[in-house]
Parts: sequence; structure tokens; C-alpha cells
Amino acid sequence: MINFNILVTVCLVYVVALFAVAFWAERRARSGRAKWLRSPLIYTLSLSVYCTAWTFYGAVGYAARTGLEYLTIYLGPTLVLVGWWWLLRKLVRIGRTQHITSIADLISSRYGKSNVLGVIVTLMAVIGTTPYITLQLQSVTLSFSVFASTAEGGWRLPDMNSTALWVAAGLALFTILFGTRNLDANERHHGVVTAIAVEAVVKLVALIAVGVFVVWGVSGGIGAMAQDIAESPIADAQFRPGRWVGLTALSAAAILTLPRMFQVLVVENADERHVETASWAFPLYLCLISLFVVPIAVTGLATQPATANPDLFVLTVPLSMDQQGLATLAFLGGFSSATSMVIVASIALATMVSNHIVMPLWLHWQNQEGAMVSGDVRKLLLRSRRLSIGGVLVLGYLYFRLTGGSEALASIGLISFTGVAQVLPAMIGGIFWRGATKRGALVGLLVGSLVWAYTLFLPSFGPGGILSESIMVNGPWGLEWLRPQSMFGVGGLDPLVHAMFWSLTLNTFGFLFVSLLGFPSPMERLQGAQFVNVFEHSTSAQGWAQSRAEAEDLLMMTQRILGAEDAQALFLQAANEQGKKGYLPDITPGFLERLERQISGSVGAATAHAMIGQIVGRTAVSVGDLMAVADETAQMMETSNQLKAKSDELTRTARQLREANEKLTELSIQKDAFLSQISHELRTPMTSIRAFSEILMEDEMLNAEDAQKYSSIINEEAIRLTRLLDDLLDLSVLENAQISLTEQDGNLGDLIDQAVATTSTLPSGDRLGIRRDKLSEDIDLHTDTDRLTQVFINLIANAQKYCDAEEPVLSIRLRKTGGRVAVDFTDNGSGIPTKSQSIIFEKFARLSDGNAAGGAGLGLAICREIMTKLGGDITYLPGQGGASFRVTLPPIPMRQRR
Amino acid sequence: MKPSHRPLFVARRNYRRRRMRDGARLLPIFGLFLIMLPPLQQWSEQEPRLGGQLVYLFLVWLFLILGAFFFTRQIGVEEDTPEPDEDDGA
Amino acid sequence: MGRDVLLIEDEPNIIEAIRFILSRDGWSVRTHSDGLTALDAVSDHMPDVVILDVMLPGRSGFDILRDIRGASNLNRTPVLMLTAKGQTKDREMAEQLGVSRFMSKPFSNADVLDAVRELAEA
Repeated sequence: MINFNILVTVCLVYVVALFAVAFWAERRARSGRAKWLRSPLIYTLSLSVYCTAWTFYGAVGYAARTGLEYLTIYLGPTLVLVGWWWLLRKLVRIGRTQHITSIADLISSRYGKSNVLGVIVTLMAVIGTTPYITLQLQSVTLSFSVFASTAEGGWRLPDMNSTALWVAAGLALFTILFGTRNLDANERHHGVVTAIAVEAVVKLVALIAVGVFVVWGVSGGIGAMAQDIAESPIADAQFRPGRWVGLTALSAAAILTLPRMFQVLVVENADERHVETASWAFPLYLCLISLFVVPIAVTGLATQPATANPDLFVLTVPLSMDQQGLATLAFLGGFSSATSMVIVASIALATMVSNHIVMPLWLHWQNQEGAMVSGDVRKLLLRSRRLSIGGVLVLGYLYFRLTGGSEALASIGLISFTGVAQVLPAMIGGIFWRGATKRGALVGLLVGSLVWAYTLFLPSFGPGGILSESIMVNGPWGLEWLRPQSMFGVGGLDPLVHAMFWSLTLNTFGFLFVSLLGFPSPMERLQGAQFVNVFEHSTSAQGWAQSRAEAEDLLMMTQRILGAEDAQALFLQAANEQGKKGYLPDITPGFLERLERQISGSVGAATAHAMIGQIVGRTAVSVGDLMAVADETAQMMETSNQLKAKSDELTRTARQLREANEKLTELSIQKDAFLSQISHELRTPMTSIRAFSEILMEDEMLNAEDAQKYSSIINEEAIRLTRLLDDLLDLSVLENAQISLTEQDGNLGDLIDQAVATTSTLPSGDRLGIRRDKLSEDIDLHTDTDRLTQVFINLIANAQKYCDAEEPVLSIRLRKTGGRVAVDFTDNGSGIPTKSQSIIFEKFARLSDGNAAGGAGLGLAICREIMTKLGGDITYLPGQGGASFRVTLPPIPMRQRR
Repeated sequence: MKPSHRPLFVARRNYRRRRMRDGARLLPIFGLFLIMLPPLQQWSEQEPRLGGQLVYLFLVWLFLILGAFFFTRQIGVEEDTPEPDEDDGA
Repeated sequence: MGRDVLLIEDEPNIIEAIRFILSRDGWSVRTHSDGLTALDAVSDHMPDVVILDVMLPGRSGFDILRDIRGASNLNRTPVLMLTAKGQTKDREMAEQLGVSRFMSKPFSNADVLDAVRELAEA
């Protein structure tokens, strides 16, 4: 038989081995060779702190009492893990990007860094976890006592209390040593996690070993075992559907809200991808852990005396079969389960206590003292955390001393579960609903906790414990509807399900209603957006699709800061340098650095860093940072906007001035040119007139023939002058837009007839042959017919004057283009040189080809003004064999077409 | 699954991955349904039912584990992408 | 002292008038109407006085004046410029280019005759 000393030695050796493992892992992590310490396997194994001594010993007892119900405790977490895509993924991402250190921190941070919430969650966690730690201490001392009691005249367990004390002290030492080595931003403890992974293996191996022994050693294999199960009293256990559903939900909630589970799931998570592996590997672990529970329970019930505690079958069955080694292994398994839970739970609790209770108090006190030295904080934090660990374990021990020896481990576990599950509504609401407010969370948590305490926690001390029997039976002050175990008259429910139902329901309703009615503070809203949209605000480091989206986000942000063109150019260049097409380069550190520099030119270095960090998600910024940045940026933007507005206005004014100046200059040049032209056109005929009139006056010897000739020249030039003045006046009227058109009905053919008749009376008018298609000219018009005729006359007269063909011929042809009627006047002369075609409609654009005598160069300018006024057009048609003008008539209204 | 093949199969792979995510989302709901079945089952009183239900629940469990394994493999991103740098500052 | 005048002008009536005035005084007047070939005409005839219009087809009177002053054998030939563009800047430009006498149109016949006589004697 194993004597006490051997057992203690085994224990000590095991603990020393754990210390060694933790120490070694810590060293590896420090020297940066921690690659495999962060493997998904270690992560998955560390999750096994879920399986405490309650699982190791209690599950068998639970199965022995209620059959399959124990499975709900493992099926709930299985569903959560399998459904990681829904919740865990987001929770882990939030935890990583926000540097969440505990579940209290999560709730506090989500609701605008509310310390009140942090304190409440911490207190709930302490209240919920202390009994659980007690449970572990109890299980260890109980397992010691099993060995003691089965010893043949052997050793007596020295003292239950002192055993528990020694265990608690040892655990506190270990936890303080490895749990408070550093103050990582993300609070990771490699040594502890590795040691826990080792313990996970030990307890699994131990339980399976006992299971294998039971099935193949005690019973006769699987078939026989099945027979045993069927004949066992467990088989008669009633299914309680309410508890089945309730416990599954409760355990699912617990794996998310238990402080120690949050610690290993979220805080100690080294890589988001580990969650993927854990999503199937941890359910597998749970499945294997639960696999032999029923066989062990069945065997225990069949082989152990009726008085034996089913919670200890794992130990007593092998012991009674004289399997010392196996029993020792089982003992170590239970020891592992208990210690790993206590270690992680006390780290988690200590973090919460020191961060949410000790630190705020200290800061408050320091502020009052008026002396705040930042260098002290680290030391203080470590010290407070160490003290907290000690405190938590002392609390657990005290609770153990108080309750003495309640034997139903499972019920304590479930009470704890229900207590910590009160965080669930605030947690789920917080990460999925932006409307969740701090007040809502506060009310929900308080209501839930009170209801939990009243309906489950206080009654658990037994009738006549804290709540008197009369309250239990008749309700407080005789109010029956407030009876702790049938609130609002809802009776007949299992007390646990009843408590769970009411606490979580009222919690959720309070949370929802108060959130709906309230209005969150800016900080809350900011944090809410950060949490709910965590996948938009951060990106995981994996996958090309995601990294592309990241590049796009960066581009969008950069465009806002640098402007679209510059940003696109920058990205395009970077992409090209990487040999990629398009605007989205790979997000390399080099590129980020370059981008940051570029942006910092616009918004300042700190902001640029924060902004890029925000998008890339490598170093998430805290809300405080963001707020500061937002303020700073807003100020900068305002200033620069004002400056920009001013400079824009200046630029605009300058441009307007420049334009006005250009216009004036142009006008002035035009005016000079025009005056110069006018001067020339007026002086030329006047020169002839003056010269010849002087000759006529002075020269008496002039013969009659010459006198006659010179007189007619004077007359001719005077007419020319008059015509020029008429034209000038005409053009001036047309250009001033004050002209009133006298519109009337007319026929195109008639107008052309009139023009031809007028021009034929001019000198050299009979020289020009005119070809027309009179039939096609029969078009009715409604326009200023006199003006239109003037245009025609001008064109025909031009042909008469300038057509240089031997037998000048002008053909007048109608064209219908795009619903408009155009009249083409084409002669058979040499036409107008290409370079001059563009200027012929300008004033005084008389082509200096020597044969322009008589024209003032205003004719075509006047034609163009007229056609524009009439709503038509006149253009020069190149390439027609001679000079060709196209007169496009004004659109003919439908009603005018007959 | 090498990045070099990307351009051709982008759409198809994305589509596939999305369906796998849907699968991953549906799995726990389906699992919940399967787990909630036993309390509803009405067995004849004579038959020993514990063993059957035990086997049933463990089969469901196995199914969920394999399902989760399958879906994470399908969703899983390339393992060779470098880990984000979160070494503890040391 | 020569009696040859070259009139470079394109307006027929003005040519007629100047020819009449100068001929009556005993000058031999040749005329040329094309700006492009005006320099050749001056070199060919080597007139005693050149009367130059500004607005000419092909080449402006200013350009022709510049050409005349640029040619070594002609740079001392007197040039009387007549222009209908009576603006000050035109006169300034002409003087810069080395015109001998500048007159705006319309002119008095006597003034033109006097100017030609003076230029020929100089």
C-alpha cells in the first residue's frame, strides 16, 4: 500500500517537474525560441483548464447520480468551440486588438472603459470563483484522504485543513512565480501555459488509463461493459429535459465567461489561427475525457460499497482492485486538474482585482496625495497582483474552512457557472450590438447577480443557512411570489434551472431595455464601434484576400489625406516596384514605412502612425489614443481648412483678375486693330477724294475729259465711303443685339429671286452666270426675310466681285442636313486659300490678294451676325472647286411646313 | 492553393470559401438540434436506453468534431503566411 | 539731281492722283503694286525718290522699308512713306526703320510735291 510519504514525494516530484517545465518554457520564450510553445496544440491543451477536479472526480459522481446529464457540461463548450466562427473568432480578435487582459477588462473596455463595470464583473468573478477554488482544494484533500482511509492500518491523514493549507500555499507560490513574471501588454504567461498543457496530458492519460482498466480489466471488454451499463442503476436515471437544455446552455455560457477560460481562450491566445485548430481539437479532448466516465461510474456503483462517495470512484476503483500505480496516476490526474484550475483562475482573478480594484484605488489615493510617479506603477502592479493571488487563495482556503465538507462537488460548480454566466448578456450584446450601453450592462449585471445570489447562491448554504427556512418556504415578509426557488410563482422547476432562467432573463431584459432607453457617451460609442466592427477595424495577418482588402483600405485612407491623384500615383508606383499590376501593392513593412512618411507630411507623424496602425491592425490603438488623435486632427484640419479656404479664395480671385485682365487686353488689342482698320478704310477713299478735288480746284489747264474722269472718281469714292459707313452702322446694330427682327412668312425661292435681281443691277452684275434648281427652292419660311435676302445678296455680290474664272458661274443648291435646310453658294473660281478660310468672317478680313477693290471687308462679318441672329449659320465649305458658302437656315417650325 | 494560381480561380475559391464559412456557422446549430434530441425521444420502457443514447451522443460528438475539422481545413488560410509580429517586445 | 520717282501703291485711284501731280511737275513716275516684288523694282529702277504705301498685298510697307535700308546700294535712297494708318506708333516704327519722310493719308497734293522735291535735292 502506498504510504503517505511516497504519495507526498510523488506529489512533490510532480510539482518540481511542473516548476521545471514552466521555468524551461519561460526561458525558451525569453530567448525567442518559443515557436512551438505557441503551437495550436499547446493552446488546445491549455483550454483543458475547463476540466477541473470537478470533471476529473465529479463527472463520475455526477454520472453515477444522474446518468447522462454530466455530458451537458462538455457538450455546451463543444458547441461553442465548433461554432467558433460565430463568437470565439470575434472575441479573440477583440481581445488581441484591444489588448484585453481579462473578462472584466473586456466589459469595462467595451462600455467606455467604465471602472464600475470592471469592479462589478471582478466581484462577481471573485464570488463565483472562490467556491470553485475551494472545490479544488477540497478534491485534493479528499483524494489524499482516500489513500489514507484505504490504508490497511496505515497512515492517518494528518489533518484535512493543514493539507488544504499546504496545497494552497504551494499553488500560491507556483502561481506567483510564474504568473507574475512580467506585465506583458497581452498578459501572456508561457511558463504557466506550458505547465498547464502538461497537466492536461496527465489528467487525460490518467482518466483514460482508469477507463481502459475498468472496461478491459474489470469488465470483460466493450460488449460486457455495454451489458454492465444496461444493468446498472444509472440506466434507470430519469432524463430531465429542462436541466438537459439548461445545463447545455449554462456550460456553453460558462466557457465564454469563466475568468480562467477567458484567460486561456482570449488573453493567452498567441495566434488567431489556433482557434481554428482548437475548434475541433478541444471538443475531441472533451469527448475523450468524457468517454470513460459512464463505465467508471457503472463499475464503481457495482463494486464499491453503497456508502462510497461516487465522486471518488476514479481513485477508489483502482485502489480497491489493488492497482497502486494506476491509483497514483489517477491521483496525479486529479491533482493536475485541481492545480491547473487554481493557477489559471487565480492569475485571472488577480489580474482583475489588481487592474480594476487595486490600481484605481491606488491612483485615486495618489492623485489626492498629488504625487504620481509613473515608474512606480510597474512594481506596484506586480506587487498588487502577487498579493491578489495570495488573497484569492486565502479566500478559497477560508471558504473551505467555513463550509467544511460539502460533498456534492457538482452543485458548487454549477452555482459558479450560473454566477459568472451573468456577464454573458453584456458580453454578447457588447460585441454584436452597437446600441448596448454602459447603463444597460450595469443594470443587467446587477439584476442578474442579485437574482442569482437570491435564488441560487444563498440557498446553497442550506436551509437555515443564510436564508431562513421560512423565507425559502413562504418568501420574504410572506411574499410568496418572491420565494427564492419559485419566483413569480414559477414553480416545479429544478432550482438550478429556475435560478438560471430568472437571473439570465431579468439580466437580459434589464440590459436591453436600459440600453434602448439610454444614450451612450462618445467613448462608449467609439468603443462599441471598435468592438462590434472589429473585423473592419483590424485585419488578421493571413490570406491574400484580406491583405488586398487591407491595401484597399490604406489606399482609401491615403486618398482622403493626400488626394486621389497623389495617393494613386504612390500606390501604383509601389505596386510597380513590386512587379504587380494595378494600384494595390503588397503590404510590406517597407511600403508601410514609406506610406507613413508620406502621410505624416500631411497629418503629422503620430496621427499617421495611429491611422496606419488602425487599418493594418498590427498595433491597435487604444481609445484614448484615438480620442487624442481625433481632437488633434480635428484641430489641424480646421486650421488647414481655414488656410486652404483662404488660399483657394485668393487663387480664385487672382484667376478672375487674370481673366478679366486678359479679356481687357484682348478687347484693347481688338479695338486698336479695329480702329486701325477703320482708319485705313476711311482714309483710303478720302485720300483719292482730296487729291482729285485739289487737282480740280488748282489746275485750270485740266482738259474736260480728265476733269470728267476725276470727278467721277471723287463720286465713286464718296459712294464707297457711304457704303462703308452704312456697313459699320449695320454691324454695330447687329452686334449690340438690340436689333429687332421683323419676322414674316416668305418663300425661299422668292428671296433668292429677289437677291439675284438686286445683284444683277450692280456693276459687272451681268457677268456672272447663276445656276439654280427652282423646284427645290419652294420652301416656306418664317423669319426676317429682308435680312436673309441681305445675306444672299452679299454672297452673290462677292461671287460677282471675286470669282476669277473665265466664265464665272455661281450655283445655288439646296441641301437638307439633319432636319435643317442649307443653301450652298458655290462659284467656279479659285476659291479661298486654306489659311484664310478661318478669318474670312472676321471684320475687315478682306483678303489682300489685290482684287478686293470696293469691298470694305465687312460683308461676311455682317452675314455671320445676321445668320446667328436668325438662329441659322453661315460657314465656308472647303473643297468645292471654288469659293463655297453654306447658309444653314433657321429651323423651320413644324406648323410652318405645309 | 498556391498564391501563384490565384488570378484564375479567385472567384471560385472565394465562393467555395464562403460556403464553407456558412457551413461552419451552421454546424453548431445543427449540433444543438442533434444534442437536444435525446430528451425528446420516447423509448419503450422495457428497453435499456442509456447505452443507446450514450452511443448516439458520442456519435454526434464525433460528427461535430469531424465537421469542425473539415470546415476549418476548408476555411483555413495558407499556413505559410508569416505570423503577425506579436513577440513580447523582448 | 534726278527726276525719277518709284510709287509703290495698290489703290488705282491714288496712283492716278499722285502720278498726275508729279508728272505735272516734270517727274518721271513709275508704279509698282505688289509688295512681294517691290524691293526688286527699287533695285531695278534705282529711283531718286521712293513713295511707299504701308498696306500692300503680299508684304507690308514697313517690311519693304526694312529691306531697302538693309540693301547696301539702296540704304541712302530717300523714301517717302504714305499711310492710311495714321497712328503715332506707325510713325514711330517707320522712323525707327529709317524712313526719310512720313505722311498720312489723306494728304495735300502740294505737301507731297514739296516732300518729293526736298528728298530728291537732299
